[in-house]
Amino acid sequence: MNASAIRAGFLTSVQDLGRTGFREFGVSVSGALDTHALRVANLLAGNDESAAGLELTFGGLRLRFADDRIVVWCGGEFKASVGPISLEAGHPALVRAGEEVSIGSPALGCRAWLAISGGIDVPLVLGSRAVDLRAGFGGLNGRPLRDGEEFSLGKNPPRAKALIDKLNTERIAPWKPPHDWSNPAQRAPTLRYIRGTDSDRFAESARQLFSSESFFVSPDSDRMGIRLDGPVLERNENADLLSEAVAPGTVQVPPNGKPILLLNDCQTIGGYPKIANVITIDLPIANQLCPGDRVRFAESSIRDAHALLLERERHLEQFRLGLESHFE
Amino acid sequence: MEITPLGDSALLIRVAENFDDAPEASLNKVLTANRSLGVAKIPGTIEVAPAYTTVALFYDSTRAIEAGAPAHDVVGWLDQRIREALSGVKLNAVSRFGQSPIEIPVCYDKEFGFDLEDVARHTGLDPKEVVGLHSGARYRVHCLGFTGGFAFLGGLPRGLATPRRDVPRKEIPAGSVAIGGKQTGIYPIKSPAGWNVIGRTPRQLFDPKKNPPVLLQAGDRVQFRQITREEFEESMS
Repeated sequence: MNASAIRAGFLTSVQDLGRTGFREFGVSVSGALDTHALRVANLLAGNDESAAGLELTFGGLRLRFADDRIVVWCGGEFKASVGPISLEAGHPALVRAGEEVSIGSPALGCRAWLAISGGIDVPLVLGSRAVDLRAGFGGLNGRPLRDGEEFSLGKNPPRAKALIDKLNTERIAPWKPPHDWSNPAQRAPTLRYIRGTDSDRFAESARQLFSSESFFVSPDSDRMGIRLDGPVLERNENADLLSEAVAPGTVQVPPNGKPILLLNDCQTIGGYPKIANVITIDLPIANQLCPGDRVRFAESSIRDAHALLLERERHLEQFRLGLESHFE
Repeated sequence: MEITPLGDSALLIRVAENFDDAPEASLNKVLTANRSLGVAKIPGTIEVAPAYTTVALFYDSTRAIEAGAPAHDVVGWLDQRIREALSGVKLNAVSRFGQSPIEIPVCYDKEFGFDLEDVARHTGLDPKEVVGLHSGARYRVHCLGFTGGFAFLGGLPRGLATPRRDVPRKEIPAGSVAIGGKQTGIYPIKSPAGWNVIGRTPRQLFDPKKNPPVLLQAGDRVQFRQITREEFEESMS
């Protein structure tokens, strides 16, 4: 055990890029709600982009390590520090053995991802280190991190070692990723969506309300889904449908007419009609929404959604190449 | 066959129409299609998963584009490959999915089956008759979902159908056997439950340390066998 959580925070869990290949057995995808943020943080920390890190909801985390580590965090507007030095999102920082890393509460958004060089060393369960909070397996003993808990980090990879030497005096690297990668939270965002497979099961008025009105995030939102208050979306028929696949981004509407935007811990199938699917590239903005926050939806196209993903992937590749010189 | 997008990273392939009219045939079609798509390894595919009348194909659009899909029409490209993969397949082929039933021992004691009385009241049967009918029937796993390893079983004797509870229970123990509408099922892990719990099995339905992590898979045939409290305790130890 070479890491310890002095304070675990509100909800801190071990996450990686998620668990795929088991949906046919009803196993949720889990994983970081913003896989892009975790990939970027990992690359900056000298890790493989799929290394397991910590996902924080509402912050409150204080950590110590037994040896020198590189840490990088991305996410909402949190106040973070390494010892007495404040640490902005996206900047790699050297944390000395015994020094404290802390991530306080957010001024905007609610989630952050912390990559630690070496990654969090927990066993792979069904191909992933991510915790499945609903089923209680994976991660650290199938549950969130606890106050005072110790856990293991993998060995510092060679790139992280190079960075540790390099940051010996300046401590915090001056480079960072593009701003919307390290700080994805937005105030009252508009999320783009593609029409749902069942959108014709809603009254025309419901479809119009969905694309024109504001919705507010309900306090009973979690990693399974963001529940929204606002105008009631009337369905043409009230019978539920034969269950079929749902996915993170699916907006389903239960009989009460209040939409739920599903996130990574959602069930694999569902029987509520789906009015929309938020496009993948906008999910990092969605999962920063806090109870009470306002959100709107605007229709987009699959073609645009794919083009945006392709563009981001190409930028990430360039970013990865650009980082090389920092690890020499 | 209708193929519709589920967002920008999945396609829903409707292989059968009305499930309830012909559950056996629908299930065989869907499982055959699921298997064929799994084998086809269409570039960009992350995984495939069946549910009643549909198969979902989850994909990574960037990987599909790298494999040759036109950036402006990834869906059309995948659509064509899905149709090709399924074109030579006899979706109505006779079932090759586990003909001999998997036996699930169940203790129907009131202590485990805390809604047995409610089911009896609703169906107008004696609790003993409920147990007799439930353990006498043959079932088939129609779908997995809700939580990992939760098997939705079709084949519940008509007289046992009982609507879901108005107020779901916050938590019931793993192994709880329950009736919800026209289906029956087993809760693999302790979880909230909207169905009527009539008994409990000592068998482990979900084990993430194993691959596959589930005891029951879609298409499997299932039969329940009534056991005593003593037998239950013995198999738990």
